[in-house]
Amino acid sequence: MSLKFEDLAVGQEIGARSIDVTRQDLVKYAGASGDFNPIHWNEAFATGVDLPGVIAHGMFTMGSAVQLVSDWVDDPAAVVDYQTRFTKPVLVTDTTGTGEPGAVIEVVGVVGALDADAGTARIDLTVTFEGQKVLMKSQAVVKLTEQ
Amino acid sequence: MTINPDLQGRSYPAAEVYDVGREKIREFARAVKATHPAHFDVEAAKALGHADLVAPPTFAIIVAQRADAQLIEDPESGIDFSRVVHADQRFTHHRAIVAGDQLRAELHVDGVRAMGGGAMITTRAEIFTLRDDLQREPVATTTSSILVRGEGQ
Repeated sequence: MSLKFEDLAVGQEIGARSIDVTRQDLVKYAGASGDFNPIHWNEAFATGVDLPGVIAHGMFTMGSAVQLVSDWVDDPAAVVDYQTRFTKPVLVTDTTGTGEPGAVIEVVGVVGALDADAGTARIDLTVTFEGQKVLMKSQAVVKLTEQ
Repeated sequence: MTINPDLQGRSYPAAEVYDVGREKIREFARAVKATHPAHFDVEAAKALGHADLVAPPTFAIIVAQRADAQLIEDPESGIDFSRVVHADQRFTHHRAIVAGDQLRAELHVDGVRAMGGGAMITTRAEIFTLRDDLQREPVATTTSSILVRGEGQ
Protein backbone atom coordinates (compact mmCIF):
# COMPACT_ATOMS: atom_id res chain seq x y z
CA MET A 1 0.00 0.00 0.00
CA SER A 2 1.38 3.36 -0.87
CA LEU A 3 -0.13 6.76 -0.45
CA LYS A 4 -0.72 8.81 -3.54
CA PHE A 5 -0.11 12.53 -3.39
CA GLU A 6 -3.14 13.26 -5.58
CA ASP A 7 -5.44 11.44 -3.15
CA LEU A 8 -4.58 13.80 -0.31
CA ALA A 9 -6.47 16.94 0.62
CA VAL A 10 -5.69 19.69 3.10
CA GLY A 11 -7.75 19.15 6.23
CA GLN A 12 -7.92 15.38 5.83
CA GLU A 13 -7.34 13.47 9.07
CA ILE A 14 -4.64 10.80 8.86
CA GLY A 15 -5.55 9.15 12.15
CA ALA A 16 -5.42 9.42 15.91
CA ARG A 17 -3.66 7.58 18.68
CA SER A 18 -3.55 7.41 22.48
CA ILE A 19 -0.15 6.86 24.05
CA ASP A 20 -0.03 5.42 27.56
CA VAL A 21 2.99 6.60 29.54
CA THR A 22 4.40 5.16 32.77
CA ARG A 23 7.39 6.08 34.91
CA GLN A 24 9.07 2.97 33.50
CA ASP A 25 8.63 4.37 29.98
CA LEU A 26 10.51 7.50 31.05
CA VAL A 27 13.36 5.41 32.49
CA LYS A 28 13.49 3.48 29.22
CA TYR A 29 13.57 6.69 27.22
CA ALA A 30 16.29 8.11 29.47
CA GLY A 31 18.44 5.06 28.83
CA ALA A 32 17.78 4.92 25.10
CA SER A 33 18.38 8.64 24.53
CA GLY A 34 21.09 9.33 27.10
CA ASP A 35 19.02 12.13 28.70
CA PHE A 36 19.27 11.36 32.41
CA ASN A 37 17.95 14.64 33.78
CA PRO A 38 16.43 13.54 37.13
CA ILE A 39 13.29 15.66 36.62
CA HIS A 40 12.18 12.76 34.40
CA TRP A 41 12.52 10.03 37.02
CA ASN A 42 12.99 11.41 40.53
CA GLU A 43 10.00 12.96 42.33
CA ALA A 44 11.99 14.71 45.04
CA PHE A 45 14.36 16.27 42.53
CA ALA A 46 11.48 17.38 40.28
CA THR A 47 9.51 19.03 43.09
CA GLY A 48 12.77 20.53 44.40
CA VAL A 49 13.09 22.54 41.17
CA ASP A 50 9.48 23.75 41.42
CA LEU A 51 7.89 21.23 39.06
CA PRO A 52 4.58 19.65 40.10
CA GLY A 53 6.22 16.19 39.86
CA VAL A 54 8.06 13.93 37.43
CA ILE A 55 7.48 15.07 33.85
CA ALA A 56 8.02 13.30 30.55
CA HIS A 57 11.00 14.27 28.38
CA GLY A 58 9.73 16.70 25.73
CA MET A 59 11.64 14.51 23.29
CA PHE A 60 9.72 11.44 24.46
CA THR A 61 6.46 13.18 23.60
CA MET A 62 7.81 14.48 20.29
CA GLY A 63 9.32 11.10 19.43
CA SER A 64 6.25 9.04 20.25
CA ALA A 65 3.77 11.44 18.60
CA VAL A 66 5.39 11.09 15.17
CA GLN A 67 4.79 7.33 15.03
CA LEU A 68 1.30 8.09 13.78
CA VAL A 69 2.94 9.67 10.72
CA SER A 70 5.57 6.93 10.22
CA ASP A 71 2.86 4.29 10.21
CA TRP A 72 0.49 6.27 7.99
CA VAL A 73 3.14 6.84 5.31
CA ASP A 74 4.45 3.28 5.91
CA ASP A 75 8.11 4.33 5.83
CA PRO A 76 9.74 6.20 8.73
CA ALA A 77 12.40 7.50 6.32
CA ALA A 78 9.71 9.49 4.48
CA VAL A 79 9.62 11.98 7.40
CA VAL A 80 12.08 14.52 6.00
CA ASP A 81 11.39 17.33 8.47
CA TYR A 82 9.82 17.38 11.91
CA GLN A 83 9.55 20.26 14.33
CA THR A 84 7.74 21.27 17.47
CA ARG A 85 7.60 23.73 20.33
CA PHE A 86 7.27 22.40 23.85
CA THR A 87 4.61 24.36 25.67
CA LYS A 88 3.35 22.37 28.65
CA PRO A 89 4.88 19.52 30.62
CA VAL A 90 3.29 16.06 30.68
CA LEU A 91 3.04 15.12 34.35
CA VAL A 92 3.46 11.36 34.79
CA THR A 93 2.11 10.02 38.09
CA ASP A 94 3.67 7.01 39.75
CA THR A 95 1.48 3.99 38.98
CA THR A 96 4.24 1.42 39.44
CA GLY A 97 2.83 -2.04 40.02
CA THR A 98 -0.77 -1.16 39.16
CA GLY A 99 -0.68 -1.71 35.41
CA GLU A 100 -2.32 1.68 34.95
CA PRO A 101 -0.79 4.46 32.83
CA GLY A 102 0.66 7.46 34.68
CA ALA A 103 -0.40 9.76 31.83
CA VAL A 104 -2.17 9.44 28.50
CA ILE A 105 -1.08 11.55 25.54
CA GLU A 106 -3.56 12.02 22.68
CA VAL A 107 -2.33 12.58 19.13
CA VAL A 108 -4.36 13.58 16.08
CA GLY A 109 -2.82 14.17 12.66
CA VAL A 110 -4.27 16.29 9.85
CA VAL A 111 -2.90 17.16 6.41
CA GLY A 112 -1.90 20.80 6.92
CA ALA A 113 -0.35 21.66 3.54
CA LEU A 114 0.55 20.03 0.23
CA ASP A 115 3.47 20.93 -2.02
CA ALA A 116 3.00 19.38 -5.46
CA ASP A 117 6.41 20.50 -6.77
CA ALA A 118 8.28 18.92 -3.89
CA GLY A 119 5.87 15.97 -3.62
CA THR A 120 5.54 16.57 0.09
CA ALA A 121 2.68 16.75 2.55
CA ARG A 122 2.85 18.60 5.87
CA ILE A 123 1.11 16.76 8.66
CA ASP A 124 0.04 18.90 11.58
CA LEU A 125 -0.11 17.03 14.86
CA THR A 126 -2.34 18.05 17.73
CA VAL A 127 -0.82 16.59 20.87
CA THR A 128 -2.74 16.93 24.11
CA PHE A 129 -2.57 15.80 27.72
CA GLU A 130 -5.58 16.23 30.00
CA GLY A 131 -7.25 18.32 27.31
CA GLN A 132 -4.39 20.81 26.96
CA LYS A 133 -1.93 21.11 24.09
CA VAL A 134 1.56 20.07 25.15
CA LEU A 135 3.21 20.61 21.77
CA MET A 136 2.64 23.59 19.49
CA LYS A 137 3.40 23.93 15.80
CA SER A 138 4.10 20.22 15.72
CA GLN A 139 4.62 19.60 12.02
CA ALA A 140 6.03 16.63 10.12
CA VAL A 141 6.81 16.93 6.42
CA VAL A 142 6.62 13.65 4.52
CA LYS A 143 8.02 12.97 1.09
CA LEU A 144 5.68 10.82 -0.94
CA THR A 145 7.32 8.46 -3.38
CA GLU A 146 6.57 8.81 -7.07
CA GLN A 147 3.93 6.46 -8.36
CA MET B 1 25.61 33.23 37.00
CA THR B 2 24.79 34.91 33.71
CA ILE B 3 24.95 33.52 30.21
CA ASN B 4 27.98 34.62 28.25
CA PRO B 5 26.65 36.75 25.33
CA ASP B 6 29.82 36.04 23.35
CA LEU B 7 28.59 32.48 22.81
CA GLN B 8 26.65 33.59 19.76
CA GLY B 9 28.41 32.58 16.57
CA ARG B 10 30.62 30.12 18.37
CA SER B 11 31.00 26.64 16.93
CA TYR B 12 32.33 23.37 18.24
CA PRO B 13 33.97 21.03 15.72
CA ALA B 14 32.84 17.44 15.34
CA ALA B 15 34.53 15.58 18.16
CA GLU B 16 33.63 11.92 18.50
CA VAL B 17 32.13 9.54 15.95
CA TYR B 18 28.71 8.06 16.74
CA ASP B 19 28.37 4.51 15.39
CA VAL B 20 24.72 3.77 14.67
CA GLY B 21 24.02 0.17 15.70
CA ARG B 22 21.01 -2.01 14.94
CA GLU B 23 20.31 -2.74 18.58
CA LYS B 24 20.43 0.98 19.42
CA ILE B 25 17.89 1.69 16.68
CA ARG B 26 15.65 -1.07 18.06
CA GLU B 27 16.10 0.17 21.65
CA PHE B 28 15.34 3.79 20.73
CA ALA B 29 12.36 2.73 18.60
CA ARG B 30 10.89 0.76 21.52
CA ALA B 31 11.52 3.71 23.84
CA VAL B 32 9.40 6.02 21.64
CA LYS B 33 6.82 3.25 21.19
CA ALA B 34 7.52 2.89 17.48
CA THR B 35 6.40 -0.35 15.91
CA HIS B 36 7.18 0.09 12.21
CA PRO B 37 9.06 -3.02 10.95
CA ALA B 38 11.73 -0.86 9.23
CA HIS B 39 13.14 -0.15 12.73
CA PHE B 40 13.35 -3.82 13.73
CA ASP B 41 13.58 -6.12 10.73
CA VAL B 42 16.46 -5.70 8.27
CA GLU B 43 14.54 -7.43 5.49
CA ALA B 44 11.56 -5.10 5.96
CA ALA B 45 13.90 -2.08 5.79
CA LYS B 46 15.55 -3.42 2.64
CA ALA B 47 12.15 -4.05 1.05
CA LEU B 48 11.56 -0.30 1.37
CA GLY B 49 14.86 0.40 -0.39
CA HIS B 50 17.01 1.13 2.68
CA ALA B 51 20.51 -0.23 3.23
CA ASP B 52 19.76 -1.35 6.79
CA LEU B 53 17.44 -0.64 9.75
CA VAL B 54 16.01 2.87 9.62
CA ALA B 55 16.29 5.09 12.70
CA PRO B 56 13.11 6.78 14.00
CA PRO B 57 12.64 10.44 12.94
CA THR B 58 13.93 11.81 16.27
CA PHE B 59 16.89 9.44 16.69
CA ALA B 60 19.34 12.22 15.76
CA ILE B 61 18.61 13.81 19.15
CA ILE B 62 21.16 11.40 20.66
CA VAL B 63 23.90 12.82 18.48
CA ALA B 64 22.63 16.41 18.75
CA GLN B 65 22.48 16.33 22.55
CA ARG B 66 26.01 14.95 22.74
CA ALA B 67 27.11 17.90 20.63
CA ASP B 68 25.09 20.29 22.83
CA ALA B 69 26.87 18.89 25.87
CA GLN B 70 30.08 20.49 24.61
CA LEU B 71 28.44 23.89 24.97
CA ILE B 72 26.61 23.19 28.23
CA GLU B 73 29.76 21.79 29.84
CA ASP B 74 31.93 24.61 28.50
CA PRO B 75 32.91 26.51 31.69
CA GLU B 76 32.82 29.73 29.66
CA SER B 77 29.13 29.31 28.76
CA GLY B 78 27.68 30.00 32.21
CA ILE B 79 24.84 27.49 31.64
CA ASP B 80 23.42 25.73 34.72
CA PHE B 81 22.00 22.47 33.31
CA SER B 82 19.53 22.06 36.18
CA ARG B 83 17.84 25.29 35.02
CA VAL B 84 17.56 24.28 31.36
CA VAL B 85 14.14 23.83 29.74
CA HIS B 86 13.79 22.50 26.18
CA ALA B 87 11.80 25.13 24.24
CA ASP B 88 11.74 23.85 20.67
CA GLN B 89 13.28 21.26 18.40
CA ARG B 90 13.52 20.61 14.69
CA PHE B 91 14.98 17.81 12.58
CA THR B 92 15.66 18.20 8.89
CA HIS B 93 16.75 14.95 7.32
CA HIS B 94 18.89 15.17 4.20
CA ARG B 95 18.66 11.40 4.12
CA ALA B 96 17.48 8.75 6.57
CA ILE B 97 19.85 7.56 9.30
CA VAL B 98 20.46 3.82 8.96
CA ALA B 99 22.36 1.22 10.98
CA GLY B 100 26.04 1.26 10.07
CA ASP B 101 26.25 5.05 9.73
CA GLN B 102 29.20 6.75 11.38
CA LEU B 103 27.84 10.14 12.34
CA ARG B 104 29.73 13.27 13.28
CA ALA B 105 28.14 16.49 14.52
CA GLU B 106 29.39 20.04 14.29
CA LEU B 107 27.65 22.40 16.69
CA HIS B 108 26.84 26.03 15.97
CA VAL B 109 25.47 28.54 18.46
CA ASP B 110 23.07 30.52 16.28
CA GLY B 111 21.41 32.70 18.88
CA VAL B 112 21.72 33.94 22.44
CA ARG B 113 18.94 36.18 23.69
CA ALA B 114 18.56 37.50 27.23
CA MET B 115 15.14 36.70 28.72
CA GLY B 116 14.39 38.04 32.16
CA GLY B 117 17.27 36.88 34.30
CA GLY B 118 17.96 33.97 31.96
CA ALA B 119 18.55 33.38 28.28
CA MET B 120 17.22 31.58 25.23
CA ILE B 121 20.00 29.78 23.36
CA THR B 122 19.52 28.35 19.87
CA THR B 123 21.94 25.73 18.63
CA ARG B 124 22.25 23.86 15.33
CA ALA B 125 23.98 20.54 14.86
CA GLU B 126 25.11 19.68 11.37
CA ILE B 127 25.24 15.88 11.30
CA PHE B 128 27.22 14.24 8.54
CA THR B 129 29.25 11.24 7.53
CA LEU B 130 32.62 11.24 5.82
CA ARG B 131 32.96 9.46 2.52
CA ASP B 132 36.43 8.03 1.95
CA ASP B 133 37.40 9.84 5.17
CA LEU B 134 37.30 13.11 3.27
CA GLN B 135 34.07 14.17 1.70
CA ARG B 136 31.21 15.30 3.89
CA GLU B 137 27.83 13.78 3.20
CA PRO B 138 25.12 15.77 5.04
CA VAL B 139 22.69 13.52 6.93
CA ALA B 140 20.62 15.76 9.18
CA THR B 141 20.40 19.28 10.54
CA THR B 142 18.91 19.64 13.98
CA THR B 143 18.04 22.93 15.65
CA SER B 144 17.13 23.31 19.24
CA SER B 145 16.31 26.17 21.57
CA ILE B 146 16.83 25.89 25.27
CA LEU B 147 15.65 28.31 27.89
CA VAL B 148 18.04 28.74 30.78
CA ARG B 149 15.87 29.99 33.61
CA GLY B 150 17.28 32.83 35.68
CA GLU B 151 17.10 32.88 39.48
CA GLY B 152 13.48 32.92 40.66
CA GLN B 153 12.10 32.01 37.20
